[in-house]
Amino acid sequence: MTDGALLTGTAGWLFVVFAGLALVSAIAVVVARNPVHSALYLLLAFVLVACIFILQQAEFVGAVQMLVYAGGIMVLFLFVVMLVNPGVAHAGKAFQKQFDVALVLLPVFLLPFLYILGTEKMADVPVRPDAFRMVGTHVAGNTEAVSWVLFRDYLVPFEVASVFLLVAMIGAVVLGRRSLEKMD
Amino acid sequence: MKNLLWAIPLFPLAGFLINGLVYLLSHRTRGQAHGHGGGEGSDAHTAATAPDAGHASGHDPGHHEIPFKGLHTIVGVGSVAIACVLAFGAIFDVGLRAFSEGASHALTLWRWIPLGVNQSVGQIPGAAGEWFVDVTLRIDSLSALMLAFVTFVGFLIHVYSAGYMGHEEGYGRYFAYLNLFMFAMLVLVLGGNFLLLFVGWEGVGLCSYLLIGYYYEKTFAADAGKKAFVVNRIGDFGFILGIFGVFALFGSLDFQKVFAAAAANPAAYTPYMTVVCLLLFVGACGKSAQFPLYVWLPDAMAGPTPVSALIHAATMVTAGVYMIARCNVFFRLAPHAMIVVAVVGAFTALFAATIGVAQNDIKKVLAYSTVSQLGYMFLACGVGAFTEGMFHVTTHAFFKACLFLGAGSVIHAMGGEQDIRKMGGLASKVPKTYWTFLIATLTISGVPFLAAFFSKDAIKAAVFHAEFEGVPWLPRVLYAVALFTAGLTAFYMFRLLTLTFWGPFRGTKEQEAHLHESPPTMTVPLMVLAFLSIVSGYVGVPIIEHGDRIGEFLRPIRLPIAGMPERVHHASLSLELALMAAAVAVASIGIYLAWSWYHRGEGRTPARLAEQWPGVYRAVTNKYFVDEAYDRIFVQGLALGGGRFLWEVDATVVDLIPNGAAALTKGASWAASLFDQYVVDGLVNGVANVLQALFRLFRRAQTGRVQNYALVMGGGLFCLVAVYLLFR
Amino acid sequence: MTITINHYLIVSFLLFSIGFLGVLVRRNFLTILMSIELMLNAVNLNLIAFSRRLSDLTGQVFSVFVITIAAGEAAIGLALTISYFRQRKTLDVEEAHTMRG
Repeated sequence: MTDGALLTGTAGWLFVVFAGLALVSAIAVVVARNPVHSALYLLLAFVLVACIFILQQAEFVGAVQMLVYAGGIMVLFLFVVMLVNPGVAHAGKAFQKQFDVALVLLPVFLLPFLYILGTEKMADVPVRPDAFRMVGTHVAGNTEAVSWVLFRDYLVPFEVASVFLLVAMIGAVVLGRRSLEKMD
Repeated sequence: MKNLLWAIPLFPLAGFLINGLVYLLSHRTRGQAHGHGGGEGSDAHTAATAPDAGHASGHDPGHHEIPFKGLHTIVGVGSVAIACVLAFGAIFDVGLRAFSEGASHALTLWRWIPLGVNQSVGQIPGAAGEWFVDVTLRIDSLSALMLAFVTFVGFLIHVYSAGYMGHEEGYGRYFAYLNLFMFAMLVLVLGGNFLLLFVGWEGVGLCSYLLIGYYYEKTFAADAGKKAFVVNRIGDFGFILGIFGVFALFGSLDFQKVFAAAAANPAAYTPYMTVVCLLLFVGACGKSAQFPLYVWLPDAMAGPTPVSALIHAATMVTAGVYMIARCNVFFRLAPHAMIVVAVVGAFTALFAATIGVAQNDIKKVLAYSTVSQLGYMFLACGVGAFTEGMFHVTTHAFFKACLFLGAGSVIHAMGGEQDIRKMGGLASKVPKTYWTFLIATLTISGVPFLAAFFSKDAIKAAVFHAEFEGVPWLPRVLYAVALFTAGLTAFYMFRLLTLTFWGPFRGTKEQEAHLHESPPTMTVPLMVLAFLSIVSGYVGVPIIEHGDRIGEFLRPIRLPIAGMPERVHHASLSLELALMAAAVAVASIGIYLAWSWYHRGEGRTPARLAEQWPGVYRAVTNKYFVDEAYDRIFVQGLALGGGRFLWEVDATVVDLIPNGAAALTKGASWAASLFDQYVVDGLVNGVANVLQALFRLFRRAQTGRVQNYALVMGGGLFCLVAVYLLFR
Repeated sequence: MTITINHYLIVSFLLFSIGFLGVLVRRNFLTILMSIELMLNAVNLNLIAFSRRLSDLTGQVFSVFVITIAAGEAAIGLALTISYFRQRKTLDVEEAHTMRG
């Protein structure tokens, strides 16, 4: 699956750097013993992924990623990690018994992936460099472009998502409280 | 008179019926008759001696009169007397000369078993296959001889019994049985065919049983009677088979027809004769107490002494010899059978004599003596000397009866004692008894010019001159045996005489006081018999021309057989004299030893010998343990063991079917239960177990940990993708 | 350096694998949740890459939704974590095997 370069030149190298670092921090997330460390590494990974998004001129998504993931979810994670006594979480083994088995699985997964990579042909569609800024024929900005698509073509999913968030919020509150008696 | 043959057995039969009836009727109210207790006679005896069970002292003051004693006596003795007169009348009617020329007079009374005409039966030429048996009484020289001494000696003994049994409660019963015996014996002697002979044969066997067991309240007497009957029966079995053989061969049982046919055509019958003769001889062994069927005779001494005299000395036991003499034609056609007869006779003679030497009961000694003498008679028949055998039968009847009656007299005098060790010195106390006993003893010992000298010598000469095919040495051996036995006979008889009549008295004081001579009713027969013991030998004087009257008299019995010339052996005079001398010498030695050891030596030497050879002594005194062996083998083994075996067979084999069915059912149900248990339940349980194993296996996948499930899901996903990619 | 779609795919795949590995392997519950976020990120990366390639904004929109859902899910997951921790006093998922068969 080749053709259609997505990034060239310097951007390419940047991508390589960002991607590499992201992978390294992802590994660090999985490997770190202290969950606080894992969270921080995850944060780093989120940031790097956002950078990659921006490289791809998907600024809106990159921003959302930063805001929501890095700013919201990770903070949440860190709060909870702190809430749960880090000492307790830190004690004992870090890795499951099936570590070895799972490790073997990775290259096994690789095979079909590589196979697909080698055999599938991409649709013969040229890459339009300004695709992410176009609103119709008008060049606006990524955010506008996204919002046009979002609110016009995908309104219903948008509404559903908002309901979902509501439910999630309520659920989180309900699930998070201590006990019925303690409510006042 | 000769046509009154039927009357001869009839009178004793009538006597039996009358006496029996009267006895039964007169004893109904009294209950069973009981003989005297054993008295002083029985307690001192060893177990080996079975005393004359009932005859204790004849003077029991407390005893009441026997009912109808006179009637019983007259009827009992009278019937035999009449029979005797009729017998002699018939004999002389035919004529002695006529007899020696082969005359015979038959009287057919009626057709007994009419079986019709059958062409296929029998091989007598010209017999036309008639199949019947008549009641035919025949008198010829042989039966005339038997008739003469049977009736006469029978008469004497009846007279004697009147005195001897005079105080017995069962007097009438005794005479009834005795008369019945005479009837049966006469039928036996007068019978003109095998079947009638057999009727008499069985009859005397029955009477023997009845009379031996006369003192039926004594266990050993009853047992002795049974023993006699059973052993006799064994012989009778062989005898009956022999009769069957005769009938099968000849198609008739009539003596005249059968013997004439055999003599005329010997080749046709010779192949079968050996078997038939051996079977007949078995019967003779039983009746005449030869080895191995002799065991009943010594025990038969449990009966009253006159019974022993009549039945077991003079008459019944000689029936076997009579029968063999009658069938001499058969035997002469079967030389092998004759060898058997001779050997058995000789062996028995010797065997019994050795036992007799060590017996201490007066009657037992005489019993074994009888067996021994009977052996002599069979030996004679075995070598073909049938007339000599009959000669000895005749003389033996006289002297043996004399001896037994004398013994009875002694026992009577001794108040029931029969152990000769307790006797002694009776010669002066009972002189008539003593002298008659002495004469008879001298006779049996073979002292010259007395009766048995001639008869025994005739036998020994015949044995010496006999010839056997194939075993030329046998006659000499038999002669040696006969000679030695004669010596033994002399020895033990004189031992008996010595211990009984000579020397000091060894009994108790009471017995000594009791000693008395017997009444005339007992002593007169003794004297008559003693006289006969002296003179009866002169009918058979050898060497002298026509001296062998009896031989001539009996000659016609010996039918000439076609193709078999008579061997006439003219022995030289010197040989005859030498043989006689040998006999005399042997007898003398025997007499001398007996006198020396028992009279002069007072038994020291025999005692010393007994000590030196205790085994031999024990064997002889205990009759070589033959009775014990028979008991072990036949009674315990065959009879009881056989019964037990059959019971086992019944319990196991016969009951096998029900038991087997039960076992089979049990087995089948057990198998079914096994099937149910293992197969059926096995399947069910097996299925469950397999499933459980599978479940256990699968349960391991249910760890409860989500990560494990995630791993598996990842694996599954991979598989799906792979499958999709591979089969796209 | 010319980056093609393949590179993006490889990167997102690796990221996803690492995240998946973390889910399978870690004992700490929070770490597992974090690994799930990683996986979601990888998916987002993939979406954006394809969106760019195909010049279609749908991918980006989808990506936004993914992020939204991830946020909601993280919130609930964390609430559950707290609740579970209060109950069991541990975050070791190895201990959570009461549903074992």
